[in-house]
Amino acid sequence: MDDLRLLDAVERYIKGEMHPDERVQFEQLRKTNAEVDQLVVEHTFFLQQMNRFGEWKRFKSLLKEVHTDLAEQGQINSARLQGKAKVIYLWNRYKKVSAIAASIAVVTTLVISSLVWIIAPASPRSQFEELNKKFSQLEDKTRKQAKEIDRIKNKATSVPQDIPFTTGGTGFIIDARGYLITNAHVVEDAKQIAIQNNRGEYLVDVVFQDVERDIAILKIVDENFKPYSSLPYGLSKQTAKLAEPIFTLGYPRNEVVYSQGYLSAKTGYNGDTLSCQIEINANRGNSGSPILNRKGEVIGILNGRETNAQGFAFAVQSKYIFDVIETVKKQSDSPTIRIPSRSSLNGLDRTEQVRKMQDYVYMVKVN
Amino acid sequence: MNSELQEVGLLKGLAAGDRKVIEGIYKDHFNMIQSLIVNNNGSADDAQDIFQEAMVVLYEKVRTGSFELNCQLKTYLYSVSKRLWLKRLQQNSRLWSQEIDPETTIQVDEEIATHEKRDAEFELMSQAIQRLGEPCKSLLEAYYLKKMNMQDIALQFGYTNSDNAKNQKYKCLMRLKKLFFSEYKNGNTHG
Repeated sequence: MDDLRLLDAVERYIKGEMHPDERVQFEQLRKTNAEVDQLVVEHTFFLQQMNRFGEWKRFKSLLKEVHTDLAEQGQINSARLQGKAKVIYLWNRYKKVSAIAASIAVVTTLVISSLVWIIAPASPRSQFEELNKKFSQLEDKTRKQAKEIDRIKNKATSVPQDIPFTTGGTGFIIDARGYLITNAHVVEDAKQIAIQNNRGEYLVDVVFQDVERDIAILKIVDENFKPYSSLPYGLSKQTAKLAEPIFTLGYPRNEVVYSQGYLSAKTGYNGDTLSCQIEINANRGNSGSPILNRKGEVIGILNGRETNAQGFAFAVQSKYIFDVIETVKKQSDSPTIRIPSRSSLNGLDRTEQVRKMQDYVYMVKVN
Repeated sequence: MNSELQEVGLLKGLAAGDRKVIEGIYKDHFNMIQSLIVNNNGSADDAQDIFQEAMVVLYEKVRTGSFELNCQLKTYLYSVSKRLWLKRLQQNSRLWSQEIDPETTIQVDEEIATHEKRDAEFELMSQAIQRLGEPCKSLLEAYYLKKMNMQDIALQFGYTNSDNAKNQKYKCLMRLKKLFFSEYKNGNTHG
């Protein structure tokens, strides 16, 4: 405890926060006590190091920010090299490789085309796996029917305790008043749907399903639900660029899971133009997860992966969410859904982005 | 003469960490450094790294209050970047294409040496802080780097009062100093 007070005094002395009387006393102590004197010298040095370290860190991160901003505004020739510089760079880098690559390419092309010739035609859709979890294949029909009757009788407005949810996926809020987006295949044939995350567990209804685009819109009908004030992320209308870094949050487990990757092709399974191909670690339950770019804009909804190739998955492009919303608008009985276009996550580091959006991503439980 | 005065103004802004000034220097000189790196077996990412390191060298220089470069800012950044990139190429035993080097350069070996020593010291501090673990790391960063006051820290970290936070901060600080000085005195500033 005494040491604590001494160090506290030393720190105040160095920072010049001492009253004049106290200062005189302390200087007297310094003169008479070599240990205290040594502590002052050592601590001054240490604080200096700390301060300079702090400034250095701040300066470095400022430089990174400036670079990103200027590159985005096109004020510096970032990444995309131009003209002569690019040619020289690529040539220097790959002159040896290119010759070998060219010969390999020829051989590979021949081999692959002959293989394709032999193997084709393969069934096109069979390798596509939808990523909703099947908790159990056994369906207890009578029990389900009983529950259904119960639900109609009681007009449930909150999540009943004893529903056995059998499949699941992920969904995320697109309108602060309580509208969510998920994949149509997640809520296919659903009798009851609930969503859950750290914020709470709510009963939802399907407002609209578009099986073609694999998009479903859900509305929270739970009496316990309090609307959000706003959403942290926005939805991008643009098609994402090739190699653009992306990340996702979803519920492949009972716990929210973060994963990151990049956009690897502009079309999805078998050239499907509704979706795109992403390189990301996706598992059962990730269906319906939002795919976001670096700026925190939703660019797609994860909807499946190829069964025989781990590591890449497919996502419905977010511009189709806007199409679906337009369709819903025409059905006069439902209110207009307002989608935020601006993301307030831009410029934050990834942990902050994820922390801010966690409350808006839900596990979708289907019965 | 006028442009010289202008540059001193820029350097003072840089020393103060003025974002506008940094943006200005970046806009004026980054492309030149990028073509230097790219024409010499580097990538765009290398260019970003090297230019930012050169900026740090410059920043450290002006932080100590010396605003005399003895040459144009452009020449200074070019010379430092070139030296840094040559070093990195040597480490990776890649080649420097001598013929593409139109700019004049000045001697910056001494500056690079100081910079490396400082960088090693900062690295030491960074590692010591990392090794502290939580909550010490965040607590000390909040107080010493973000300069938050003890009341706010107590509130944010959930201590019941600022004395408890202070007590914890003291324990963390003692650990950090021990970690830092044990490495520092071992002369372990090259890592």
